[in-house]
Amino acid sequence: MASAASAIDARGVSKVFKGAGQDEVRALDNVSVAIRENEFFTLLGPSGCGKTTLLRLIAGFDFPTEGEILLHGENIALLPPYKRPVNTVFQNYALFPHMTVGQNIAFGLEMLGKPRDEINARVTEMLKLVRMEDLRDRRTSQISGGQQQRVALARALAPRPKVLLLDEPLSALDYKLRKDMQIELKRLQHDTGITFIFVTHDQEEALTMSDRIAVMSKGKILQVGAPHDIYVRPADRFVANFIGETNFLVGRIASEKAGKAKVELAAGGTLSADAPDRGAPRGSEVTIVVRPENATLVPSGKGDIAGVVENVVYFGTDTHVHLKLADGSQFIVRQQNATLASDDYKPGQKAGIAVAPGTPRILKD
Amino acid sequence: MSDAARIAEEARRADIRTRWWLTAPALFILFIAAVGPLFVVLLFSLMVKGDYGDVKYWQFSTDGWFSVFFERDIFDDTVGLAQAHMEILWRSVKLSLITTLLTLLVGFPTAYYISIQPPKKRDLLVFMITIPFWTNILIRTFAMQEVIRNEGVINTLLIWAGFIERPIQIMYTDWAIFFGMVYVYLPLMVLPLYASMEKIDFRLVEAGYDLYAGRFQVLRRVIIPLVKPGIVAGSILVFIPSLGAYVTPRVLGGGKNLMLGNLIDLQFGQGKNWPLGAALSITLLVIVTVALLVYVRNASRQGGGHGH
Repeated sequence: MASAASAIDARGVSKVFKGAGQDEVRALDNVSVAIRENEFFTLLGPSGCGKTTLLRLIAGFDFPTEGEILLHGENIALLPPYKRPVNTVFQNYALFPHMTVGQNIAFGLEMLGKPRDEINARVTEMLKLVRMEDLRDRRTSQISGGQQQRVALARALAPRPKVLLLDEPLSALDYKLRKDMQIELKRLQHDTGITFIFVTHDQEEALTMSDRIAVMSKGKILQVGAPHDIYVRPADRFVANFIGETNFLVGRIASEKAGKAKVELAAGGTLSADAPDRGAPRGSEVTIVVRPENATLVPSGKGDIAGVVENVVYFGTDTHVHLKLADGSQFIVRQQNATLASDDYKPGQKAGIAVAPGTPRILKD
Repeated sequence: MSDAARIAEEARRADIRTRWWLTAPALFILFIAAVGPLFVVLLFSLMVKGDYGDVKYWQFSTDGWFSVFFERDIFDDTVGLAQAHMEILWRSVKLSLITTLLTLLVGFPTAYYISIQPPKKRDLLVFMITIPFWTNILIRTFAMQEVIRNEGVINTLLIWAGFIERPIQIMYTDWAIFFGMVYVYLPLMVLPLYASMEKIDFRLVEAGYDLYAGRFQVLRRVIIPLVKPGIVAGSILVFIPSLGAYVTPRVLGGGKNLMLGNLIDLQFGQGKNWPLGAALSITLLVIVTVALLVYVRNASRQGGGHGH
């Protein structure tokens, strides 16, 4: 996995924070991950999962307790931040309030001792890149949140870092602006060809922007993969639950043939899915995941599973129908409103659930 | 005028009346205790001096002001610059500037250290900084004497450690005055510095490091500009009282190195020249006012950068 082409290669990295008393917090636990060059890589996880800690270790604001961090093959784990060709876009931008927009962007270049002409040219170039040419001489307190965000990006990109770190940079923006910035970030990454490492707790953001995602929980990386891989083939229950909505069904393996396993569900009915790699002994209990959009409602008596409609939630583009299954578990079906009339199903009504063949997954655990 | 507008207008007037009543006691005290006496001092500076102190009332003369800046030779009556006064004025300004600089040098790291502590420890440390205020300045100054005199703590320790063979003369030198003034005025520097350092967003410091600034550059380009209002406030708070300092130079400087405060004291006491003393007081006031104006201008210019 670890090749010279990795922009960042973290090997066995742990970070332990010592509390005031005896208690220690293991924020990162033996994490290894290789981030490729020119990649838009996202660290995704709930708060406290260690994603920001990993970012801070790469930036150099904290140092790992164990392990090494390679940047293009060179161990930078113990270098101070000002000696790393890595720049950060902070969550609240951390723009210098005593400087203008232009001075903020020029700061890194000045510290690198670049000549005045080059700095001016680069600042102009950066302002153009983030479409802020008119605001060069404004104070950072005089511009809007979205504009501050762009300045923070320009400031971090100006010194041409090898890797750009982004610590939840969109969380302070409103919904519409966030959508725009997601596309903008993707464009910037494409135009500059710099490796982006993006930290977020927003799975939608991660899915739309990333080339690859690492899902983290409790200081560990659970799964690394392309958005599609992670969504379609979640490694475990946590990943399946964290990324998108999921139905979990409990069942027993009834038979296994040619890599396909038939699973008898506790809720009644059977589903067919790819057998787990390690093999599945007959009768063993497994959990199956079915994404809500891979199920459709059919008239009662048909389909793979039977259920009773409990709730119908209208979302504009689609409708979520919550059903109760025979074993008492919940099941959600998402249907596009183009194919479903709004009053087709009502609470209390019996219905069948048809699951698209090939979409159910047996979880590893 | 509509009813609504009339009622609103009445309410506004009542509001203004209430404010006047509420501020009246403070305005009264300020007038009686500050403006009044100042006016008396100004009047005294323009009267003829009495033979045994005091002034000859309502006999006006500019002698007091004249002798602030000039002196008449006893023998040939020629007029020259009042050398002694100029020297004392210059010494006072110099000592105050050096005191301000020293307190800044000592106070800055202290304030920074406090501001990076966890909140609980921060409160305790700030509390400890204010402890010297609990004791009278005269007593603190005499305590200082105990530390720096020839048989005092510093000399005893140095001799015991073998660095020197006989005590260094610190008492009654400018060094003693620096020592005492820095000690007395240090809290006035640390507190405003701490107040503005506490407000620094530490991520700005991290952003500085991230953008290739080393420790010194982060200090120079990020931290110092951000705490500039604190530096200005602290400097003014130290500079103004040190300019008029009276107890410290008298006790530790032994009264032979006069400062402006001691000179004024001398005119009202042994010198028995009240008009001169009053004129000197006004001169001191003017210097302080100019210093304050510079501060206010600086502070208001700084204000723009911090509004959010």
